[in-house]
Amino acid sequence: MDFATLLQMLDATVRLATPLLLACLAGLYSERAGIFDIGLEGKMLAAAFLSAAIASVTGNVWLGLMAGIGASLLLSIIHGLASITFRGNQLISGVAINFLAAGLTVVIAQSWFAQGGRTPQLSGDGRFSSVTLPFAETLRDVPILGPIYYELISGHTPLVYFAFFMVPVTWWVLYRTRFGLRLRAVGENPAAVDTAGVSVVFLRYAAVGICGVLCGIAGAYLATALQAGFTKDMSAGRGYIALAALIFAKWRPWHALYACLLFGFLQAMVLRSDVVERVLGFSLNGQFLDVLPFILVVLLTGFVGKATAPKAGGEPYVKER
Amino acid sequence: MTLMQKFLGATAALALTAGAAAADPAILFDLGGKFDKSFNESAYNGAQRWADETGGSYAEVEIQSDAQREQAIRRFAESGANPIVMAGFSWATPLAEVASDYPDTKFTIIDMVVDAPNVRSVVFNEHEGSYLVGMMAALSSETGTVSFIGGMDIPLIRKFACGYAQGAKAANPDVTVIANMTGTTPAAWNDPVKGSELTLAQISQGSDVVFAAAGGTGVGVLQTAADEGILSIGVDANQNYLHPGQVLTSMLKRVDLAVYDAFTAGEALETGFNVMGVANRGVGFAMDANNENLVDYGVLAAAYAAADKIAAGDLEVHDYTSDESCPALDF
Repeated sequence: MDFATLLQMLDATVRLATPLLLACLAGLYSERAGIFDIGLEGKMLAAAFLSAAIASVTGNVWLGLMAGIGASLLLSIIHGLASITFRGNQLISGVAINFLAAGLTVVIAQSWFAQGGRTPQLSGDGRFSSVTLPFAETLRDVPILGPIYYELISGHTPLVYFAFFMVPVTWWVLYRTRFGLRLRAVGENPAAVDTAGVSVVFLRYAAVGICGVLCGIAGAYLATALQAGFTKDMSAGRGYIALAALIFAKWRPWHALYACLLFGFLQAMVLRSDVVERVLGFSLNGQFLDVLPFILVVLLTGFVGKATAPKAGGEPYVKER
Repeated sequence: MTLMQKFLGATAALALTAGAAAADPAILFDLGGKFDKSFNESAYNGAQRWADETGGSYAEVEIQSDAQREQAIRRFAESGANPIVMAGFSWATPLAEVASDYPDTKFTIIDMVVDAPNVRSVVFNEHEGSYLVGMMAALSSETGTVSFIGGMDIPLIRKFACGYAQGAKAANPDVTVIANMTGTTPAAWNDPVKGSELTLAQISQGSDVVFAAAGGTGVGVLQTAADEGILSIGVDANQNYLHPGQVLTSMLKRVDLAVYDAFTAGEALETGFNVMGVANRGVGFAMDANNENLVDYGVLAAAYAAADKIAAGDLEVHDYTSDESCPALDF
């Protein structure tokens, strides 16, 4: 395998890991606050649809992004209402959100654009274009580092940089701010937080809201940066892989980054089965690589390490029984 | 009394709809929906052409889930629609069950074979059409590498890939053909993101013409090909207009013709096995204002010459589904 091929695969890894990373961090906020969220997939899908729809109507991708975040936030609020205010089952609410998004996006797209559940193709300002970082062209000829900077680091859409930037931000918020401390506490022992006079309901809604914003960006990234428009079911299970990454990372921000990059790299390997065959000397089944993230989760969290979920996760908080 | 009125009303309504629908043909679309820019829309265009030309009317339904299939067929058959046309291979199982219950109704199923005395099974020689676009791809390629992206890894899609590879190698024996499938589950039909990434991976392997037979995933393939400045080839319906001047051609599957023929024949529809190939213009490739400047005269001449040979029976394209193997490509 030559250097250029490796760079190309790593480049694909970055692109494929970005939606996973955003969704994974979204889930991290929510689950750290004690609200399990398997509706990541549905929120991404709804955001993908509305961002593409608004971007195609207005021709402005930033308005599209806002709309996508709005759609995802709306679903988040529904999830919050069901699981925080009405103390319903968080898993059932999440499943309902996935179904709701899968059905509604296609129905609305069909009645709006009549293109078989798709939005029109976006072009020009309706899409995120890639950013060339400063000096990328001039440094291109520097051996090793030049191509790495030019091919791998430069030339992505703004959302990619935002996603990677969110990793240290999330770490800082969770471990270095008062809000973060309370957020983590509310996922471990909400009664203690309540006793200290801090609103459990507010903290949980805030976490679910941040989750909605990040999922919205993940969905908009799929439809307006990676693709040029929404197609039915385009999230294709990425929300679930993000959940697997979250468990794999044991609910920690930096580990979430590594897990998402690893899963992104596995997906990139599926794309280049010829390279895998050359390096390993035998061909790996694409299906095997597709399920490898889930196998890893089971192996590493079930047998090797131990993944401890936030203690109060999945439990609605009741002040007095 | 009210109950009685309801019954009477319902009976009257039933009688009315039955009367109006009698002997009108009917069409049942597959899950993608009537306006999918591809397979179903092509079927719809055929039905609409028949309606425009004859002034007749037809019944139609877009199902929303697999569970509705049998019920939909039965409802049309009960209402007296004849013939009833079904677009898509997924109709085969319910039709096989239902067909014998309505011996006087003629059914047509597209893309699959159902063995019943009142069913006409229309299948397409996709490998022949793919062969032609494969030739055009190899002749238009400057790098000597062309590629294929399939949707779900099923024999039908391998049939496309195999025909494409044979055509490419016939036009240029030194050509490299890269073939990738998007996945092994139905999600593979709707993953444009993966389609894009596969296209980028194939470009980095040198491909400069990519043929997508992948449903909704193909949207991503054509988009990325246009973004990266390489040529792409559409499938089923004419997709040249999606990126004018950047889609080399589209491999056509004339589903509209199959529907139109069935509607035109009406109750006198001939049942049995019906093959649509290059010979009866059932498959082919699309030329229009969007791609006329992309295809060189020499390329076009070669493709037409091959089409003539296939039509005359002088050239046989290997069909992957006949023996589950392909001489030109390893899967």
